[in-house]
Amino acid sequence: MDDKAYLVLEDGTTYEGNAFGARTSSCGEVVFDTSMTGYQEMLTDPSFAGQLLTLTYPLIGNYGINAIDDQSSHVQARGLIVREHCASPSHFQSSETLDAYLTRQGIPGIAGIDTRSLTRRLRSSGVMMGVLTSEMTPAEALRALHAAPSYEEQDLAAEASTDSEWATPPQHSGRNPMHVVLLDCGVKQGITNHLAAAGCQVTVVPLWTTADRIRELAPDGVLVSPGPGDPLHLSVVEEMMCQLLGNLPIMGICLGHQLIARAFGAKTYKLKFGHHGGNHPVRDVATGRVYITTQNHGYAVDDASLPDGLTVSHVNLNDGTVEGLSHRDYPLLSIQYHAEGSPGPKDSSYLFTQFVDLMQQHAS
Amino acid sequence: MERPSKVLVIGSGPIIIGQAAEFDYSGAQACRALREEGITTVLVNSNPATIMTDEGIADVVYIEPLTVEVIEKIIQKEQPDGLLPTLGGQTGLNLAVELADAGILDKHGVKVLGTPIQTIKDAEERSLFKQLLIRIGEPVPESATVHSVAEAKELVQTIGLPLIVRPSYTLGGTGGGMAYTMEELEAVTENGLACSMSGEVLVERCLAGWKELEFEVMRDAADTCITICCMENIDPMGVHTGDSIVVAPSQTLTDREYQMLRSASIRIIRALGIEGGCNIQFALTPHPMVAKHWAPDQLDVQESQYYVIEVNPRVSRSSALASKATGYPIARVTAKVATGKRLDEIPNSVTGKTLASFEPAIDYIVAKIPRWPFDKFEMGDRVTGSQMKGTGEVMAIGRTFESAIQKAVRSLEVGKKTLLWEDPSWSKEDGFDGYPLYPNDLRLWALLGALRKGISDDDMCRITGIDPWFIHKFRNILEMEKKLLGVELSPQVMWAAKRLGFSDESIAVLADRLPEQVRTVRKQWGIVPVYKTVDTCAAEFAAETPYFYSTYETENEAEPIPDRKAVVIGSGPIRIGQGIEFDYCCVHSAWALQEIGIRSIIVNSNPETVSTDFDTSDRLYFEALDEESVRNILDNEGAEVSPSIVQFGGQTAINMAWPLQRANLPFFGSGAEAIDIAEDRRRFEDFLERLGIPQPPGAGVTSIEEALSVARNLGYPLLVRPSYVLGGRAMEIVYNETELIRYLVMALDLDSRHPVLIDKYLLGKEVEVDAICDGEEVLVPGVMEHIERAGVHSGDSIAVYPGINLTDEEVQTMLDYTTRIGVALGVRGLINVQMVIVRHDGESSVYVLEVNPRSSRTVPFMSKVTGVPMVRLATKIMAGLSLREQGYRGGLWKKSRLVGIKAPVFSMSKLIGVDNYLGPEMKSTGEVMGIDFDLPGALTKALIASNLMLPSKGSILLSIADRDKTEALPMVKRLHEYGYGLHATEGTAAMIAALGMPVQMVTKKLSEGHPNVLDVIRDSSVHAVVNTITGGRLALKDGFAIRRAAVEHRIPCYTSLDTLQVVLDAVSASGRPYNVERMETYLNGRS
Repeated sequence: MDDKAYLVLEDGTTYEGNAFGARTSSCGEVVFDTSMTGYQEMLTDPSFAGQLLTLTYPLIGNYGINAIDDQSSHVQARGLIVREHCASPSHFQSSETLDAYLTRQGIPGIAGIDTRSLTRRLRSSGVMMGVLTSEMTPAEALRALHAAPSYEEQDLAAEASTDSEWATPPQHSGRNPMHVVLLDCGVKQGITNHLAAAGCQVTVVPLWTTADRIRELAPDGVLVSPGPGDPLHLSVVEEMMCQLLGNLPIMGICLGHQLIARAFGAKTYKLKFGHHGGNHPVRDVATGRVYITTQNHGYAVDDASLPDGLTVSHVNLNDGTVEGLSHRDYPLLSIQYHAEGSPGPKDSSYLFTQFVDLMQQHAS
Repeated sequence: MERPSKVLVIGSGPIIIGQAAEFDYSGAQACRALREEGITTVLVNSNPATIMTDEGIADVVYIEPLTVEVIEKIIQKEQPDGLLPTLGGQTGLNLAVELADAGILDKHGVKVLGTPIQTIKDAEERSLFKQLLIRIGEPVPESATVHSVAEAKELVQTIGLPLIVRPSYTLGGTGGGMAYTMEELEAVTENGLACSMSGEVLVERCLAGWKELEFEVMRDAADTCITICCMENIDPMGVHTGDSIVVAPSQTLTDREYQMLRSASIRIIRALGIEGGCNIQFALTPHPMVAKHWAPDQLDVQESQYYVIEVNPRVSRSSALASKATGYPIARVTAKVATGKRLDEIPNSVTGKTLASFEPAIDYIVAKIPRWPFDKFEMGDRVTGSQMKGTGEVMAIGRTFESAIQKAVRSLEVGKKTLLWEDPSWSKEDGFDGYPLYPNDLRLWALLGALRKGISDDDMCRITGIDPWFIHKFRNILEMEKKLLGVELSPQVMWAAKRLGFSDESIAVLADRLPEQVRTVRKQWGIVPVYKTVDTCAAEFAAETPYFYSTYETENEAEPIPDRKAVVIGSGPIRIGQGIEFDYCCVHSAWALQEIGIRSIIVNSNPETVSTDFDTSDRLYFEALDEESVRNILDNEGAEVSPSIVQFGGQTAINMAWPLQRANLPFFGSGAEAIDIAEDRRRFEDFLERLGIPQPPGAGVTSIEEALSVARNLGYPLLVRPSYVLGGRAMEIVYNETELIRYLVMALDLDSRHPVLIDKYLLGKEVEVDAICDGEEVLVPGVMEHIERAGVHSGDSIAVYPGINLTDEEVQTMLDYTTRIGVALGVRGLINVQMVIVRHDGESSVYVLEVNPRSSRTVPFMSKVTGVPMVRLATKIMAGLSLREQGYRGGLWKKSRLVGIKAPVFSMSKLIGVDNYLGPEMKSTGEVMGIDFDLPGALTKALIASNLMLPSKGSILLSIADRDKTEALPMVKRLHEYGYGLHATEGTAAMIAALGMPVQMVTKKLSEGHPNVLDVIRDSSVHAVVNTITGGRLALKDGFAIRRAAVEHRIPCYTSLDTLQVVLDAVSASGRPYNVERMETYLNGRS
């Protein structure tokens, strides 16, 4: 018989299921993602750091785990919550089961629970902290949860960021490659891949890198990456960005977008249950065209707080929140959603090309 | 784009295999969507059994044949400025192209909406389609035409192996084949070249065994593109997607693969310039265990490869499935987008808050299984392949794959076949050779059987090409079977079994209990299903639509409706004998309930239909129509306050009457008792006798001796049938003792416990009445007269309203019998009575053949031609309103001035091996209506619409049984007079020659020289066939080849002289033009 596991929420709600992955306990903000494919990418997405990830699609692990889809060096989510995990995956690229993968990475999972009921709870009450455990009783878990730091308190991006600078292999494309400094707040493989595919030479730098150091690297542009947690923790990035704004083409994605907005003086706030999924419609205000986007964020930019010069370029059609910003005077491309997909639609990968164009224009 | 103000919508016509109820669903949705936009809609369809042709859906309705001539007349009359061709299936698309090519659209300034004509042509024409895809860089299976084995071998250099060889110009792909090795390629090409009439063969990359996936894509005029759903076929490439078991969303694709195909879908819809919905089919690299045997070149790929297989630039069966699977109304949005609306201007009607410009996220798994007609056509070739054979389909929703597939099997209604069923013969052979694991309608059961017997995954993949993921899931089902067999039932085991979709009945079989015991103990343990919402968004937003499915989880989202309510039991999958007519009735019943303030709940399992549209009823339960699921739903709603309506869902709903009655559950309208009297032979006899209403003399027998003695008293011909099967199944007319004995030997061998019924076969005029009874009074909207004599199943007969050849006295007798039967049975609702009128020496007698205290398949037709809203009246009667309270009264409704003719439509060309002669067993899949102010007009249109009309000139092949020759003579003369050439088989030719008419004799002895009967059909020397049969099995076999040839060559084949008679009448009138008018004009008379 499978081991028992519990998911205990901050409000005391307890779900009993079967343990899989590592037999341990883990505490985090419980969020749900509605993507139906791409669990490996989601698990390794640093933006899920500090969170217990609920997948709304009930059958997870069907195609196993492969060597090519990790978005970072390890599983970033603190736990995985599913209706069912597949013990017999089927795919030619699969090298292990989801269960084995999580076990190897020390991440606990719970299966067999009514994930739709959990999702509805999070939708109506908002995200909350929870404990996933196969070791404690629900009462013990709740006590442990009260002792643990809240999601907001944690500086998760700092943990996710690279410790040292590194560069992608040089490009062999004919034309002069653009050099991008990628400020890593929790970057995904998909972003570096897309930049490389767009002919960029990328230097990944820690998020505490100074503006001077960046100038020293003499990039054609700077990309501020996505990442986990509350942008409030990253005033260091805000301050650094202030020095670069207007001087270099800048692209922001997700957390990066929020930080750029903050650098301009705009405010950010926490969403009730965030945007996590691969089906969010975003309208490009300039063209009227709608794109289906991958989203994974719990905070958003407050459109009432935008300073003069900064305008909303993209809008979420589900709830009207800000999805992108442009600037009257500065070369800026800032989006709340994930142009790289990984997982999710590739509709927005053209934005990387746009960023390259922006850099080329600026250079000439 | 300028917004159109008046749009013509073309319907898909009769239900045929490949084009079923999904187009009524999509067309009805589209018409309503256009009306919401303030656009006047003009609808044309030939199928009366559709919701779309009802009042209140389109602004203007034409029920006319779907021909270019007719539609041009409609365009002239109505002057629409737009044409929406993408909602009427292939029929709608083809007509749009024909209208455009004939210059009619340009001439009248009609703009084609949604899909450009050139796109339709690009998608339809194989070579254009290929060029277009190559142009935009999408992979299509490589192919080339070769004239020699050497050329074929050269192709291996460029395309590789395996290859498929297709000879040009042979029917049914004879002479082709697959080649996995050079040697095979040589042999297959050689054979193919020999079979080919043009000395060339097409050699193409063989994709059999590859994964098959479908995307539903949508695009608007602002070039926003979204995908609605990705569906994965369990049956890999090689089986028509309509005949495949399909799941949604895809299960075995990584996100990388999913996005690769999604991006391709969007590139394709952009290149095609479609504004609206579109379906794209892909082949994808299979799993290595499959690839090893089916696609060796795919074994060492690093990344998956795909090919684009097909594009349907319109809404389709798959889009209906995708709509029901996700909650996203594709047809509705397609219609709005076609008029220029942007996706982000259309609200998502499920959430009410979000917009149509998003992609549904689902948090369950959907399984679709086709419903094949081989329970009716035992002689049919059950192998499935590139030609679709299913008449309908079921869908089931679950939170596990196992539960979705098991629920879908329960929904199929194929006898008592749960997944436990196996044909006893399968396991008799050594190994797995006895299991029909090749594509066929029983493959699912064979697959489980072979797994039970221990087949390896490798062998299973080799034989079926099915991905191991699905095989492992099937193994999970078997593991649970073993557990249930081995261990004592406990709450844990029960919970686990229910979560894997085991029915109470299956659990009962395995755990050696009775189903009712399982139910009782299950409920004692608190193990009951909960109901979850289909909401398009995986619970991210609150849903407004009450669309539910059952599952065994913890949270129930379907709180009982607190108001007065009733449950309409639906009719399940479309099959022969139970078509779209019953869905029509269920929908109207739900609407009628709403009109009088009763909340309507629909239960159904068919994704193609209007009834399972989420806004048809107040609440939809997408569930199997069996005792367990219906009782669970009633429990959830509060059984005592949720009366069921079983009259409208055909036999499926009727079958629920007894279980509900046994469980003491309430009904709306007449329940099980009336049904039992009508269906129990002995009770029915007594009942009619008490009323003094005559019925054909007969008896039930259990031995041959008894039968022969009964037969001697009655005299031949006799109608014989088993007493335990309904609906004309296995019914036969026997003309002598030999035939009677042969039938009885067969019938008693099958089942010796139940008697065989023997009735005097009354050679007379068959008539039929649908009536509404409130317990005191009976309203008869009209009578129908069947063209074909008794003995041809009423569903396959041409029926004429009003009975124009009937005397007033006869009609009065019919009215009298129907009234007395209805009142005596205590019917509250609809009743159908079938009678036969025998005229003898100026006297006529009316006999009652059959009484059905429920809705019949002619109810939509009769409602249309009389204007009496029969289902609505009946439903309100059930709710307690009498006819008089509704402004009606008993008696015969005033005769309309119009003539309406219902003609059957068959799908025989798609069912290899099935005999198409008209007999007591129903064979048609659909119906059309011809309506006009007089008989010749209505007749001509009915025959044109059903493809039964003779061509205006040509030659007819006659092969007439001796018994019918005298009767046929005047008709043969008429054919000659009308200028048709005559071909005839030996005996018939002799008869014609003896009368001095020119005739060309062709032999029916296929082994004795040419031209034989098949030659003249195949080389188009003849343009129609008349073939009547004698009762003997030999003669049946004799004519079989002729009839099949006619069907496969798509020329009319008449097996009843009655049909031929009316066809000749129509031909003689064909100089006169028929009318093309709005339905209201026919009903109200010309102004």
